[in-house]
Amino acid sequence: MDRIAGIINLDHEQDLLEELTYFRCGAAVPFAGRYRMIDFTLSNMTNSRIESIAVFTRSKYRSLMDHLEQGKAWDLDRKRGGLFILPPDWNDPTDISRGDLQHFHNNIDYVHRSYGDYMLITGSQHICNIDYQDVLAAHKQSDADVTLIYKRVEMVQPEHQLASKLSIDEHNRVTDIHNNQKSNYVYMDMYLVKKSYLLELIEEGIAHGYAHLFNEAIKAKVNTTHVHAYEYTGVHALVNSVESYFRNSRSLLNPQEHDLLFKQESPVYTKVMNEAPSKYLQSSNVHNTLVANGCVIAGDVEDSILFRGVHVGKGAVIKNSVILQNCVIEPNAVLENVIMDKDCTISEGRMLIGATEKPFVLAKRKVM
Amino acid sequence: MRRKECVAMLLAGGQGTRLKSLTKKIAKPAVFFGGKYRIIDFPLSNCTNSGINTVGVLTQYEPLILHDYIGIGSSWDLDRKYGGVSVLPPFMQSDGGDWYNGTADAIYRNIQFLDQYNPEHVLILSGDHIYKMDYDAMLQYHKSEEADVTISVIEVPWNEASRFGIMNTNEEGRITEFEEKPPYPSSNLASMGVYIFKWDYLKQYLIADAADEQSCHDFGKDVIPKFLADGNKMMAYTFQGYWKDVGTIESLWEANMDLLEDQPELNLNDYSWQIYSKNPNQPAQYIAPHANVHNALINEGCRVYGSVDTSVVFYGVHMDEGSSMKDSVIMPNVRIGKNVKIYRSIIAEGSVIEDNAVIGDPSPNSQITLIAEEGSFLAKSYAMTK
Repeated sequence: MDRIAGIINLDHEQDLLEELTYFRCGAAVPFAGRYRMIDFTLSNMTNSRIESIAVFTRSKYRSLMDHLEQGKAWDLDRKRGGLFILPPDWNDPTDISRGDLQHFHNNIDYVHRSYGDYMLITGSQHICNIDYQDVLAAHKQSDADVTLIYKRVEMVQPEHQLASKLSIDEHNRVTDIHNNQKSNYVYMDMYLVKKSYLLELIEEGIAHGYAHLFNEAIKAKVNTTHVHAYEYTGVHALVNSVESYFRNSRSLLNPQEHDLLFKQESPVYTKVMNEAPSKYLQSSNVHNTLVANGCVIAGDVEDSILFRGVHVGKGAVIKNSVILQNCVIEPNAVLENVIMDKDCTISEGRMLIGATEKPFVLAKRKVM
Repeated sequence: MRRKECVAMLLAGGQGTRLKSLTKKIAKPAVFFGGKYRIIDFPLSNCTNSGINTVGVLTQYEPLILHDYIGIGSSWDLDRKYGGVSVLPPFMQSDGGDWYNGTADAIYRNIQFLDQYNPEHVLILSGDHIYKMDYDAMLQYHKSEEADVTISVIEVPWNEASRFGIMNTNEEGRITEFEEKPPYPSSNLASMGVYIFKWDYLKQYLIADAADEQSCHDFGKDVIPKFLADGNKMMAYTFQGYWKDVGTIESLWEANMDLLEDQPELNLNDYSWQIYSKNPNQPAQYIAPHANVHNALINEGCRVYGSVDTSVVFYGVHMDEGSSMKDSVIMPNVRIGKNVKIYRSIIAEGSVIEDNAVIGDPSPNSQITLIAEEGSFLAKSYAMTK
């Protein structure tokens, strides 16, 4: 088996989730009841037998590091390989690299030392369930230099505007990388490359003064090297805005959609918080809702997602909302179209109603 | 090596015959409880929360699942460099070998294990009870009283006292008399099977007990009475709080139902005293649009399309539409088909209940129905049709 080493490159990810990313990077945003965004990428990697993973992070990474710890939850506390969290700490006065090439340049030892002939480089915003061994097989079969992973989305949504798009020919060769708003060939911010070629690209990128390995160094190669496209056909969600977060969270309330993301054979791992099972009191009324453990529910909840440890008082009504960890909704409070960050409290009888497409976002630890 | 002040020895070899087919393929401490846990999670979590990080777990009966579950103890933070959890099944020696013949014999055969930590005190626990207890508070009492052994006791209702080992104490809490299941109890202080011994004392008694051919090598029957008869200082430590023996199908069911009270005596949401367990890594539970859930505990990975009333549902249970359950305990990964009715039942792990099945007796105070058969071992299914 050919080994792949992974890099989760968060350097260029913009934190556009308003209140949810004021104090944490997008990769650390809680998602789907009990996970964080980065869990999906990490689990895809470990399920694809990638056992050496580096995380390039530049800012607001306290919450991320707290979550990842030593990688034990993903089986990444390893003697060979494992998890490497690499925030910036660079003091090389001769360093002329810029942008994410700073990360590649300063962490080049990771690339050299990691076990594996291939490197997979991804972001954290594309939620999917993918087997990277299949990507490697396609990469080798096509004899490509670089393989980019894309999704043909059914409908172009606002969040796709920020993503790069691919033009490909009949042999699945990438002919252009662009930002055409109408294209539905969404590049998933994941590419596979031979380690030796990655090292060349990094060196060249730095020599040219590039600040973005993919957007500049790889894009420039499209016509001179073999850049292949791999189509991912499974469930996919791009989460890079409050609106896309809300819509994609709620689409998990569809059990078919949910099962495509959470598969028995390729589970999603996350840090475990040892919560008791959730408790539904006699007065509770819960319908069409995802509930994580540790909740105590005495009120009405509908079309919503409750993260762990949420308390819903008697007579409280929650509709169409996403309530993050340890929030307290006191009796008779009413919430509709709300995203509530961790540790918020809505006091008794309060009412908070957002718009269906534009939910009201409450920042962490707010008391209303 | 550094000396350990206190090492715990957890007796987990029991069969638990009164749990019937639930323990056909697993030892009693591995039996499921409370929507998420196995019984052994309680003493192990109590140890961790009490700052006792060296635990020997004595196993014998059907140890496969128990050993697999305990692993290296990381679920309870007991994966330590020095100490941690050690699984101690019976073993062969140069002069032969034997099974553990009684609770005292099990500890006797592991004198070598205990001696390597050279502990001052040994805490003896059993894997049969559901309770949250600070063993360190008991240890401090044991030390301040300069006791040779301290036995944890709990006040039980007088009419039940004859089912327990009963301690009679003087005003200072010193044990003056010990009666095993007395027909006419003179006290209602029952032994919880939690003992702290001075290790050098216990060791002498274990060696003497092993040589005694008349002895059945049991703590309650032999060692404790001998200890008392010799005039050692035995103190009773009164425990207050929830404590339940879940040795029968009825008591296991009852203990699960106790959790459904609005403010249960056993609070599982107490962050200062969490009960840890191995995590099954499943997504959040889903309650469907037409589901009805009232008065229930439900764990991750569940899919509920039917109606759940006054029940405890473990992880990975799928329940189809039209089905209902009341006053029941559904163990992990059970599949419940359409239009099933379940009353006052315990359904063992991995069972498959086919469409239209009716299980259990709805009348109050009726016997609890147990659906287990082979299902409690592998995910082999048990089907029951009308």
